[in-house]
Amino acid sequence: MYITLILLGVIMATIIWWLLRQTLSTQPWVSAAADDAVSGTSLDVNRKAVGLMTFLAVATSVFGLFISAYTIRMEEPDWRPLSEPTLLWANTIMLVLASIVYHWTRNAAVKGIEERIKPGLTVAGALTILFLLGQIVAWQQLSAAGFYVANNPANGFFYLLTAVHGLHMLGGLWVWARSTMKVWTGAGSDSVRLSIELCTVYWHFLLLVWIVLFGMLLST
Amino acid sequence: MAYVSIADRDHEIEHHDDPQTFVAKYVWSQDHKVIAIQYGGLAILIGLFGMVLSSMFRLQLGFPDTFDFINPENYYQFVTLHGMIMVVYLLTALFLGGFGNYLIPLQVGSRDMVFPFMNMLSVWVYALSVVILMASFFVPGGATGAGWTLYPPQAISPGTPGVDLGIVLMLVSLAVFIVAFTMGGLNYVTTVLQARCRGMTLMRMPLSVWGIFMATILGLLAFPALLVSAIMMLLDKLIGTSFFMPAMMAAGEVTEYGGGSPVLFQHLFWFFGHPEVYIVALPAFGIVSDLLSVHARKNIFGYRMMVWAILAIGGLSFIVWAHHMYVSGMNPYFGFFFATTTLIIAVPTALKVYNWVLTLWQGNIHLRVPMLFAIGFIFTFTHGGLTGLFLGNVTIDLPLSDTYFVVAHFHMVMGVSPVLVVFGAIYHWYPKMTGRMYNETLGKWHFWLTFLGTYSLYLPMHYIGFLGVPRRYFAMGNTDFMPDSAITLNTSMTISALIIAATQLIFLYNIIVSLKKGEKAGGNPWKATSLEWLTPDTPPKHGNWGHDLPVVHRWAYDYAVPGAPDDYTPQTVPADEVPVGRDHGVDH
Repeated sequence: MYITLILLGVIMATIIWWLLRQTLSTQPWVSAAADDAVSGTSLDVNRKAVGLMTFLAVATSVFGLFISAYTIRMEEPDWRPLSEPTLLWANTIMLVLASIVYHWTRNAAVKGIEERIKPGLTVAGALTILFLLGQIVAWQQLSAAGFYVANNPANGFFYLLTAVHGLHMLGGLWVWARSTMKVWTGAGSDSVRLSIELCTVYWHFLLLVWIVLFGMLLST
Repeated sequence: MAYVSIADRDHEIEHHDDPQTFVAKYVWSQDHKVIAIQYGGLAILIGLFGMVLSSMFRLQLGFPDTFDFINPENYYQFVTLHGMIMVVYLLTALFLGGFGNYLIPLQVGSRDMVFPFMNMLSVWVYALSVVILMASFFVPGGATGAGWTLYPPQAISPGTPGVDLGIVLMLVSLAVFIVAFTMGGLNYVTTVLQARCRGMTLMRMPLSVWGIFMATILGLLAFPALLVSAIMMLLDKLIGTSFFMPAMMAAGEVTEYGGGSPVLFQHLFWFFGHPEVYIVALPAFGIVSDLLSVHARKNIFGYRMMVWAILAIGGLSFIVWAHHMYVSGMNPYFGFFFATTTLIIAVPTALKVYNWVLTLWQGNIHLRVPMLFAIGFIFTFTHGGLTGLFLGNVTIDLPLSDTYFVVAHFHMVMGVSPVLVVFGAIYHWYPKMTGRMYNETLGKWHFWLTFLGTYSLYLPMHYIGFLGVPRRYFAMGNTDFMPDSAITLNTSMTISALIIAATQLIFLYNIIVSLKKGEKAGGNPWKATSLEWLTPDTPPKHGNWGHDLPVVHRWAYDYAVPGAPDDYTPQTVPADEVPVGRDHGVDH
């Protein structure tokens, strides 16, 4: 459980440190004009961004716990390491490219360069879909080679971790689909800018998660 | 009272046109108050069902061999579902989904939660999880009887009740519940951080909001552990993986499982399970602080300490989980570590208890029904907390493990105590939610019968635990070490349990009949200072604040301020009109 503890320790320490900083030097029973002027918005970002950051903390907890479970289960003598399909490298490249293109689109949206948004979104989504299709092909290759879910815990974890990551990716694609539809039906960059910015963060996060998972699967 | 509009917030009114149709207003409502009542109502309903389950198995324990309709199989189903329903589907849903939804926007001066649509989804997904849970009673084999901790390998091995579909539905229901909770939780956190009214600094928030806020953070980070273990156990059950399942024989046959680690499940389960205690306790701590302060007409003693204690408890709650696992065979050094952290977490918790008592000291105490429940909570929580110190020590825990002492401990500390706060809170905010007063006499009967009833139920339970009577047994049989007195005590405890259960009918009668017959309450019957009592309408309408959002000029605890015209000064009154603070060097 060390991995989860470290991840959650960092998250909790950040939250508590931030809250302490807000509260340590206050005397709430005294009415200060400066306090009266506080706007009631603690962070200078859109509330949807706060929602997303909170969700990323939840997702970090989920993946951290899966990784902890993986490392604990790995210690048992029946563990037979799985040799991952080479296709995963290609999939990883797809996801890296998707993240880069999403970032490129985000920059365009922030700067208001309308003509880059439509192709950017389309390519980013297509690369992500290719990644997911690639993951499914990798599953098929493994089961064709006789590596079924229930044969060995290493196999089980492989299917489980890729599935959970894929589901998170699908959730992202749902939001992507909504903003892409908007753009294709002629909406301007203003109406999709926030969505693109937040999706970019989400894509980067899931890329990071995938790299950690892939590294762990490869090295064990 | 000074209400001014905030230029950068006025657009929000446009999004809050009153819904017109019945369905939009009461079914697919996006109003946090309606959602709160939906959440709370459903939680209480399922909680009553959980209470009936407990009456059933208490009948078996008090009067063994008397009732034909309780056999070992459904005894275990009742015990399991009672535990799971009370912890997750009642207390978590009621405190965060119910009170969280109702109180956060009203107490921080917001018009609604920041993501109202997701809030609506949250309550309906929660309803779906309850339906799935209830469905497990009607599938072949019935509900799971694995015990509320659902430990493998037993939970999915032949011989355990509900091993086919019951356990599957249980796990699916939990996963769905976690999705619902996450959608709600994102709302609570974001609303507290980003949607407070002008002047509402974090340190001017009532402690109820602080408790709910921190509990939500704990829930968001800890429920994933339950989700992960539920998913992995589902795979073990449905497609034969061996994440948790060791090589074993079941019902005389060798199973296909092998190599799995049941202790891994325990780690994951309690990594959720212990923060869960505080997910339930922190909102109760916050709410009880507000009840005590309002009804003792005094500021809460040590407000800042109370906030920091909530933060400390929140942080520490993640590093005590393995004190539930001293007998699992883990490394003794871990036991030492977890015993130490467990004793450390008692420090901020004890600090809160002192502060509650000191809030009462020299207060102008009004023993109204919410106050009775709040004071009752101090008793039960102190008792439950003290036995926690015993069980937190490895050497004392080992002989007491799996006895009724443990059952008595956790029922006092996280059963009775939070439930007393729930009742106190319902009575306290009932006038705001409905516009009517409850019946005071019936409320007092409800309190005394519940409070004394729970003591007569759980005090003897500690004693039979000391005697070594094991929990989870359907029947004790001829166990020589148990004196007759233990058997007799079991009968008396069952009678107490049945009286407590019947007493809740008084509560239901009171809150239902008072809806129509209660006296009109007015906007602020308790003369309280926090924002929810200052709404232009009671019950508050959709959008809460009429045209203009409130502006806050002081904290929520200005009771009996020297020099002030009234013994309470609402948060919206500027400092130059009425002095602020009490005995803190302010010149009056």
